[in-house]
Amino acid sequence: MAIDSATSLAKLNLIAPVLTASGCAAAGKELDQFFDITKIGGIVTKSIMLEARSGRPTPRMAETPSGMLNSIGLQGPGIDSFIEKDLAWLHERGVTTIVSIAGNNIEEFGRLASKLRDHPAVAAIEINISCPNVANRGLVFACNTESAADVVSVVRRNVSPGMPLLAKLSPDVTDIVEIAQSVKAAGADGVSVINTLLGMVIDQKTLRPVLGGRTGGLSGPAIRPVALRCVFQIHAAMPSFPILGMGGIRNGKDALEFIAAGASAISVGTATFGDPSAPMRIQNELLQDIENHGFESVSDVIGVAHKGDN
Amino acid sequence: MANQVKARLISNKKVGSYHHLIFAGDGIATGVRPGHFAAVAVGDENSPMILRRAFSIHKAAEITSRGSTLELIVAAHGPGTSWLVAQQEGAIIDVVAPLGKPFALPKTPANCLLVAGGYGSAPMVYLAQELIARGCKVDIIFGAGTESKLFDVLEAKRLARYFEITTDDGSVGTEGRVSTAMPAMMAKGETEAIYACGPMPMLQSVADLASKSNIISQCAVEESMACGIGVCMTCVLPVIGDDGITRMVRSCTDGPVFRGDKVRWDEIGTVPADCLGAPKSGGH
Ligand SMILES: Cc1cc2nc3c(=O)[nH]c(=O)nc-3n(C[C@H](O)[C@H](O)[C@H](O)COP(=O)(O)OP(=O)(O)OC[C@H]3O[C@@H](n4cnc5c(N)ncnc54)[C@H](O)[C@@H]3O)c2cc1C
Ligand SMILES: Cc1cc2nc3c(=O)[nH]c(=O)nc-3n(C[C@H](O)[C@H](O)[C@H](O)COP(=O)(O)O)c2cc1C
Ligand code: FES
Repeated sequence: MAIDSATSLAKLNLIAPVLTASGCAAAGKELDQFFDITKIGGIVTKSIMLEARSGRPTPRMAETPSGMLNSIGLQGPGIDSFIEKDLAWLHERGVTTIVSIAGNNIEEFGRLASKLRDHPAVAAIEINISCPNVANRGLVFACNTESAADVVSVVRRNVSPGMPLLAKLSPDVTDIVEIAQSVKAAGADGVSVINTLLGMVIDQKTLRPVLGGRTGGLSGPAIRPVALRCVFQIHAAMPSFPILGMGGIRNGKDALEFIAAGASAISVGTATFGDPSAPMRIQNELLQDIENHGFESVSDVIGVAHKGDN
Repeated sequence: MANQVKARLISNKKVGSYHHLIFAGDGIATGVRPGHFAAVAVGDENSPMILRRAFSIHKAAEITSRGSTLELIVAAHGPGTSWLVAQQEGAIIDVVAPLGKPFALPKTPANCLLVAGGYGSAPMVYLAQELIARGCKVDIIFGAGTESKLFDVLEAKRLARYFEITTDDGSVGTEGRVSTAMPAMMAKGETEAIYACGPMPMLQSVADLASKSNIISQCAVEESMACGIGVCMTCVLPVIGDDGITRMVRSCTDGPVFRGDKVRWDEIGTVPADCLGAPKSGGH
């Protein structure tokens, strides 16, 4: 007997618990040649900004033990072109689409949100307040409870009340629970946890940083224990607050750990670079693992790692 | 349309400084054209090397006695390529192919000059065969640091109308760079189209020489890649579009083959100020 694969992130109902991670699936089209992208929980698109943006100079990537650093710098076509081309394609393809947005300032987040308001293709909005690849670290809104809340409130005001909002958090903070509480109070329906950790690699020959942007975001299996801890802490403090968990998930067993820690769904990011069918494969493995454990549905597993804790 | 195939390594032979690998697997050769590349997973599913490695496709055959086959020429460079060349025949390896945009072939027969540096010669014999089948005349220059880094010399010599070798150390052929040999070869062969594959500085000098003679060059670039399939935006370089606007474009999906006169070679590794979406003063 197959288990019930459905899950939900607040008001967002999903047919299955595995999504892509922002920036690791573009807008879905390229992955559609490797697996049917309508069969996973959904596609989280690359964070889009108001204007076209070139991103940072190359090299933008360095492989590290069980991980990688990236300093892409939010390259993208800008929201208007995104809506006209990418979102239209996703809509036509019938994909559950979570649009990730990133602004240079609070006002831009508001304008981005209003452009997506009532768009039939948008199932939810992920608010990227945690991109490490910006020149001004002060722009990492997720590092401060007030700025994180300010961004979420402005987005909330600019979309219809029914639009599910996920705030994407940075692990590079002292107390991630405090940030989660502030975005919840500001109107977020859930959190996406975690974005990359800020890191660096030095070139052995030149003894200078490898990346064009000097620092970059660390992702992949190397960050999984940190990500899992963040999910666990937030779920422990706010058990009914939905979490989209991510960070180094490479197979079904990894995904299962996140669901047990309290995630209602998970995103697959860097694993897609090594295996373009990873989201589909991981979803199949996860559902099999859940069944092997004797559970009947995905929702039965959410947060089981907290059993007996008080 | 790329295929992801669990391929069997059916041959691994050392050729000079390189390894010639042959993979067999269903669908592995489907749709392959000269200039396409393949992305190969290195290590097992728990490998600390989480990214694929990209290689030009040397040859592909849909029907052989061993099924569909795909051939790569690999230089052991760092841990991933060292792992790959150490694999035994019979190993099962995950290969994604074909990726990228291949070389564009002339619509009418033309005099073509093929220029390659180091393992950049990997796709050239395959390309030469396709050009000859279309009635083109093919001239070839292969260059390398030293003799052991030349690959496919005999095949190239057999196919080419005019053939020349350059080495940096003079161990074989003319001492010097491919660009030293190009002007004379272009005059002799009345070159109308240039195809190039090799290190970036070589491609830049080939593209410059081609532009000076008003000849279109097609250059297969090599940029560091994380995904190879167009989803990560790692592999970008500044390229001038048909509308005259420079964009940071993905070499894995919009390339690896670009027109030499469209790539802003001097500015690779930077974001040119007039590039679409470049940081305005004050910065992002
Ligand atoms: C389109 C294309 C075609 C290529 N064709 C060939 C070929 O035919 N034969 C051959 O031997 N090599 C080829 N290369 C280069 C080959 O991909 C690199 O040598 C290889 O990725 C290095 O991996 P490593 O683990 O040995 O080295 P490391 O330096 O440890 O690699 C670390 C990471 O950087 C990336 N990387 C490092 N150097 C390069 C590079 N030069 N290009 C792309 N990614 C790099 C790797 O993918 C890996 O993720 C090609 C590269 C590209 C982009
Ligand atoms: C190349 C790359 C680009 C990314 N771009 C974005 C982005 O635009 N917006 C965002 O919210 N997260 C971005 N991320 C972070 C991922 O969505 C994810 O949070 C993080 O990589 C951890 O998951 P993983 O280890 O499975 O990749 C990016 C990650 C990578 C590796
Ligand atoms: S390597 Fe990922 S987009 Fe080109």
